[in-house]
Amino acid sequence: MLSIRNLHASVEAKQILKGLDLEVKAGEVHAIMGPNGSGKSTLGNVLAGREAYEVTAGEVLLDGKDLLELSPEDRAREGVFLAFQYPVEIPGVSNINFLKTALNEVRAYKGLPPLEAKEFLNKVKERQKLVEFDAKLANRSLNEGFSGGEKKRNEIFQLAMLEPKLAILDETDSGLDIDALRIVARGVNQLRSKDNAFIVITHYQRLLDYIVPDFVHVLYNGRIVRSGTKELALELEEKGYDWIKETVDAEGAV
Amino acid sequence: MSTKDDELLKELALEEYKYGFTTDIEMDIAPKGLSEDTVRLISAKKNEPEWLLEWRLKALRHFQQMQMPTWQNFEHPDVDFQDISYYAAPKTKPKLDSMDEVDPELLSTFAKLGIPLDEQKILAGVVAVDAVFDSVSVKTTFREKLKEQGVIFCSFGEAVQEHPELVKQYLGSVVPQTDNIYAALNSAVFSDGSFVYIPKGVRCPMELSTYFRINAENTGQFERTLIIADEEAYVSYLEGCTAPMRDENQLHAAVVELIALKDAEIKYSTVQNWYPGDKDGKGGIYNFVTKRGMCKGDNSKISWTQVETGSAITWKYPGVILKGDHSVGEFYSVALTRNKQLADTGTKMIHLGKNTRSKIVSKGISAGLSHNSYRGLVKIGPGAENSRNFTQCDSLLIGDRCGAHTFPYIESRNKTAKLEHEATTSKIGEDQLFYLTQRGIDPEKAVGLIVNGYAKEVLNQLPMEFAVEAQKLLAISLEGSVG
Ligand SMILES: Nc1ncnc2c1ncn2[C@@H]1O[C@H](COP(=O)(O)OP(=O)(O)O)[C@@H](O)[C@H]1O
Ligand SMILES: [Mg+2]
Repeated sequence: MLSIRNLHASVEAKQILKGLDLEVKAGEVHAIMGPNGSGKSTLGNVLAGREAYEVTAGEVLLDGKDLLELSPEDRAREGVFLAFQYPVEIPGVSNINFLKTALNEVRAYKGLPPLEAKEFLNKVKERQKLVEFDAKLANRSLNEGFSGGEKKRNEIFQLAMLEPKLAILDETDSGLDIDALRIVARGVNQLRSKDNAFIVITHYQRLLDYIVPDFVHVLYNGRIVRSGTKELALELEEKGYDWIKETVDAEGAV
Repeated sequence: MSTKDDELLKELALEEYKYGFTTDIEMDIAPKGLSEDTVRLISAKKNEPEWLLEWRLKALRHFQQMQMPTWQNFEHPDVDFQDISYYAAPKTKPKLDSMDEVDPELLSTFAKLGIPLDEQKILAGVVAVDAVFDSVSVKTTFREKLKEQGVIFCSFGEAVQEHPELVKQYLGSVVPQTDNIYAALNSAVFSDGSFVYIPKGVRCPMELSTYFRINAENTGQFERTLIIADEEAYVSYLEGCTAPMRDENQLHAAVVELIALKDAEIKYSTVQNWYPGDKDGKGGIYNFVTKRGMCKGDNSKISWTQVETGSAITWKYPGVILKGDHSVGEFYSVALTRNKQLADTGTKMIHLGKNTRSKIVSKGISAGLSHNSYRGLVKIGPGAENSRNFTQCDSLLIGDRCGAHTFPYIESRNKTAKLEHEATTSKIGEDQLFYLTQRGIDPEKAVGLIVNGYAKEVLNQLPMEFAVEAQKLLAISLEGSVG
């Protein structure tokens, strides 16, 4: 589904991604771990098409389509969803109205008519239940005055509403207590299917107990330096990132 | 902010004006120029009583002695008062008894504006409309239905003929002729406008609405609106305005006076979309209006809501004189400027009675090279025991070449008064835009959503049908082709 080859990207003339390769197939969950500042969020932003992030080399294909050519809104309409590490507040814009606009724009792109009000509301109700999102929050202004955890859960609610092909969760677990973490993980697991894929960016093995990944990658210094299965996450947890840093830096020195 | 967003925001600021057509109608236009003769001509055309002619002439003499103000936050344009025609009317006599008699060109103009003059369409009877085309009032709908309740809703000219005692009693009682130079000018040459009287104890059964349209070239529009809510009466009134695109600036100098007697309430809403000029600042309306309400009786309430998106220069301060004890004044405003538009707008809340309360919510939105100023005065008189004011004054900037300014003035002469002021300035952030586009929303729509969210508290004050219209207007005003 997603094919990233030799991706180089920079922010404000600083090279962050330095030749990143990643293949994600439909139905898979990939976890990306790595120390702070290694470029995890940058990867998410580059895939979503944020303007400040400049791709200097490499290619990204989504089901064979050149993703890097598309505007952020068209990437979203093609099915790329980024659950933000820091979701912003948009005062006065109702969550529901925002979701309706987003959903109908995605549908229009696919040549589908807008959802009828009733269908839409049914979907809202059903999805709210699925990810255990408080109906009161759904009716408030978009993230305005939400706690950190509520914002993260709103990201998952939006994910459930928009049903993207490829979801990138950027540290969705940080700021969540254990109960909230379980709820979010349960939501994600219910949304998993053979047709979609997830890239789960996290610092902690903890989340991966609940969302069990097919593959785990370690991102360090702008590249994927280790790939493995969920055992790699356990090993990382045990030995810490210094272990990766040391071995990788040693390899680099050779 | 990155370059592409910058460009988008720049383009958003350039969307064209959609109401810029002119209408081909035979007009009866007075020769340009202002003198006693002009005033006599207008008064004669309108078949006015002697007292009103005298009143106008007195105003003219004031006008001739007044100087242009200098305190505003923009360079005052040179207005050549001798180069304006002070009266323009469609030649077909516009006082009509049925829709069939209205000039079809005129009807099609109103249709283009989306004004529901067709009676069946008037929102199933919830809105009565008075349309003012250049200087005369063309058609007032639902008059009969209103009459059953004793509500008078007619053109100003008709009120002078049919209810002279009310006009004489209240005209100039809230905005004196000498208030400012444009009020003096209006008092001398006002052409038409709307008149409303709600009798004691009556809740007006529908929204009353007036649409103003300037059509003829080189004419000014000087309408006069007078609304009186008698004791325990209630009325909600809305005005909308558009004008054709012209290279010359056109002057609009209206006066609106509201009077609320004991326990009465008046809600006055404006959606102003006069032609703002082109992107280089050529043409557009100078909107210099004086609007003021008087809470004359105890427990009365007046609230102004305005959505201002048009005009080359907007200069207005709808205010409330809180004379009755326990009376309430409110001002809710959204002013959007782009290209080279200038807006200097705000309110005056004059607390005179005991326990009077006022609330001011001002939301400025500036884009392009425009400048948007809030100017507000809260004045507490010595007798205004325990009065309260709350002012919230927010500015939203789109791009970095526009300006937002706030000038809050407070004069308090009573120690028991409590005044609160909050102000914020923000920019539409790249992060907000990206958040919305990442969900598949078109960047223009995203800006529209953000702006409407920001203005929500004010839009919520509008009657439902017009809130929708105003939301669209705000979104359209910021629309542009995205590269
Ligand atoms: N918008 C930005 N402007 C400047 N530097 C940035 C920006 N985004 C990321 N960076 C820099 O890029 C590097 C990688 O950051 P990030 O991708 O956020 O790492 P991670 O998510 O792995 O912690 C850091 O050095 C960070 O400071
Ligand atoms: Mg990060």
